[in-house]
Amino acid sequence: MFKFLLKRAALTIPTFFALMFVTFVAIRLVPGDPVEVRTGERGISPERLAQFRHELGLDQPVWKQFLDYVWQLLHGDFGTSIVTNERVLTEFFQLFPATLELSFFAMLFAIGIGIPAGVIAALKRGSIFDQTLMGISLTGFSMPIFWWGLLLIMLVAERWGLTPVSGRIDLIRFYFEPVTGFMLIDSLLSDQPGAFWSALHHLVLPAIVLGTVPLATLARMTRSSMLEVLSEDYVRTARAKGLSTFRVIGVHALRNALIPVVTIIGLQVGSLMAGAVLTETIFSWPGVGKWLIESIGRRDYPALQGGILLISSVVIIVNLTVDILYGTINPRIRHGR
Amino acid sequence: MKTAQRSGLAALALSAVLMASTGLSAKTLVYCSEGSPENFTPALNTTGTSFDAARPVYNQLVEFERGTTKVIPGLAESWTVSPDGLTITFKLRKGVKWHTVTGFKPTRDFNADDVLFSFNRQWKTDHPYYKVSGGKYDYFNDMDMPKLLKSIEKKDDYTVVMTLAEPNAPMLANLAMDFATIQSAEFAEQLLKAGKPEQFDQIPVGTGPFSFVAYQKDAVIRYKANKEFWGEKPKIDDLVYAITPDPTARYSKLKSGECHFVPYPRPADLAEMQKDPQLQVINQPGLNIAYWAFNTQKKPFDDKRVRQALNMGIDKAAIVKDVYLGAGQAAKNLIPPTLWGYNDKVQDYPYDPEKAKAMLKEAGVTTPLDIDLWYMPVQRPYNPNAKRIAEMMQADLAKLGINAKLVTYEWGEYRKRAQQGEAMTVQLGWTGDNGDPDNFFFLRGCAAARPGGQNLSKWCNKEYDDRLNKAKTLADPAARAKLYEEMQVIEHDEAPDMKIAHSIVYEVMRKGVTGYKQSPLGGHKFNGVDVQ
Repeated sequence: MFKFLLKRAALTIPTFFALMFVTFVAIRLVPGDPVEVRTGERGISPERLAQFRHELGLDQPVWKQFLDYVWQLLHGDFGTSIVTNERVLTEFFQLFPATLELSFFAMLFAIGIGIPAGVIAALKRGSIFDQTLMGISLTGFSMPIFWWGLLLIMLVAERWGLTPVSGRIDLIRFYFEPVTGFMLIDSLLSDQPGAFWSALHHLVLPAIVLGTVPLATLARMTRSSMLEVLSEDYVRTARAKGLSTFRVIGVHALRNALIPVVTIIGLQVGSLMAGAVLTETIFSWPGVGKWLIESIGRRDYPALQGGILLISSVVIIVNLTVDILYGTINPRIRHGR
Repeated sequence: MKTAQRSGLAALALSAVLMASTGLSAKTLVYCSEGSPENFTPALNTTGTSFDAARPVYNQLVEFERGTTKVIPGLAESWTVSPDGLTITFKLRKGVKWHTVTGFKPTRDFNADDVLFSFNRQWKTDHPYYKVSGGKYDYFNDMDMPKLLKSIEKKDDYTVVMTLAEPNAPMLANLAMDFATIQSAEFAEQLLKAGKPEQFDQIPVGTGPFSFVAYQKDAVIRYKANKEFWGEKPKIDDLVYAITPDPTARYSKLKSGECHFVPYPRPADLAEMQKDPQLQVINQPGLNIAYWAFNTQKKPFDDKRVRQALNMGIDKAAIVKDVYLGAGQAAKNLIPPTLWGYNDKVQDYPYDPEKAKAMLKEAGVTTPLDIDLWYMPVQRPYNPNAKRIAEMMQADLAKLGINAKLVTYEWGEYRKRAQQGEAMTVQLGWTGDNGDPDNFFFLRGCAAARPGGQNLSKWCNKEYDDRLNKAKTLADPAARAKLYEEMQVIEHDEAPDMKIAHSIVYEVMRKGVTGYKQSPLGGHKFNGVDVQ
């Protein structure tokens, strides 16, 4: 198991370096640099432009800038944002809890509904439920997040008044200093009555929007995996032994059917992060996705590079965890078979 | 049962205490702002979003009267300008209290040291704060302050003398701009001693109507009313900026009552907003201009008849209607009508393709004529879609026998090349900084016509330029206004450009919000605003 882990961890190092390189080069290929983007119609004098570019090290050859950056990273320094002058790491960890909270609930929503729905669809294969569910999940899968988010805001929040439009808590009624950055926890710690419900209430719509694509994927994946397992000999044997349907499905079939599903959950973390960029923008959610989008607009190289590396690290770690989990639920992997 | 009742009562009592302690009954105004500030020191910033975030907290020596571009006393109670226009003496207001925030309790009132600190930080390269937070003082430099200022001296605690290198009438308007915000020298010193000077730009300590409470990046900025404010006391207790970047979400929050005030609505939503009985929609022309400049150093644009003909050959009304979607007003002068010195007697060129054709012929232009027409690759506050405008112009020009080739570059490159004078005809625009007409008219002055200068027409007219330079030296606004009016007549006749439009800036609030005055300069100020 240890060897397996070591091998997987070692594999992440080249991934990390490749990412570092691609991010570094890609942002520099986009026209306009951080100094020019700041200046409007008034322009900037060539002297001041040269001075600022020099201060930011942008007058150095790109390979030198890259080596400097790698050196900086090896010392654990992710740099300082050009726009806010805050350490990139500080900014990231200020915003990351919001993204994590949102992603966690989106995933909870996707798993909580997607897996049972997939199982039922497989059991009732060909029925109206199955066909409807697969139709809906195909729609969910191909739905543009931006459109879906705005539609839900208009219907659920605006027309029916069931949820707030955006934000993380009712700003008029509640105010407390963040402790953990997780609004649900902070609202409990604040001891203000109603704050927790307000935070939960604010989480509903964005979690549904962000969780829709993973939900659709999980439902379809669970269904097909379940169908495959249900036709296996050992399921037939279990049935023949006279086990209850619950045991056959719950213990024998589902456990095996979930193996590929767990992998998909791991892979979904990457797409959750991508979805968070849009969801956070629509719902004014102060997370890292929105921060990255703004950093692109402002050509804030350090923020963008650091942010992408940190998010990628999270995705890599989650996938590593999934691999370990995979070993636990599928002993064949663990034993290297 | 009894236990349940008891705990219920306890909870009720607790919530009552909490309600009192958190001030839930307080009057709160929620402003759904469009983004996060870069920091809270206006001198370091260039965006309206950052200025808006600092505005509740700070004051300047002189300020713009709410809702106008008139310069009125701020932290300076009064000022006198010497007869030669070279010295401005400011008498500072006494008894002005600095805000107390977590980590800082002021020991003295505002005085001349704070004024010197605020300017010297941006000016003197050896100032201990010069390099803090990146130290890019764009506006201080862009408004030519290093060139204009000779010295700023403290005569006594409440008198500051500013000596200029040359007489400059717009200087007072410059000092009312956000970059000239006065910050606490005492707080700066305390942080410097503590070895944390960068915190100075993250925690705003000012003298303004609201004091800073907290900021959570991308989420919220909180302020509370400053009971000791020297000016008109705020009518609300708490001011909350709920950061909401998406305009559709802002509109939804306004409708659902989650915010009271939103800036920058989508033009497409305006009609619906205006019909909503719960909302008030206000608007006024923005302090900006979108123009199409003709490079007078390139043939055939060296002939004013050609420039006039092109002014007549473009259907401006159609552009304003189709591109600005009601959020624009056709322009005939370089300055918007809200600015003093605007000459309303100037008659815009009519749309008359036939006459335009005749004039081109008279000027000896042989058609078909090939020209280039540059358009910006980005949306600007004064121009929602330069490409669409270019396409409409291209179609109109084709009717005159002119083939316009559309050209664009990356935004930085575009400005650089246009300023070098590479284009034959080029779209651009301007957003005013300080409400002084000079801040617009310099765009057609001779000094800006050099390669790399901002006069994209590269047009240098002595009559115009003499008046421009003279107006800068006059202290009397009426005398200046007269010169500006004459300049508009000259410029109209010479037609170095075609003025396209001034955008119309809309702001929307809920019915219960009263006392708000829209600023022609585009910023947002909530002192004097009440909410029912």
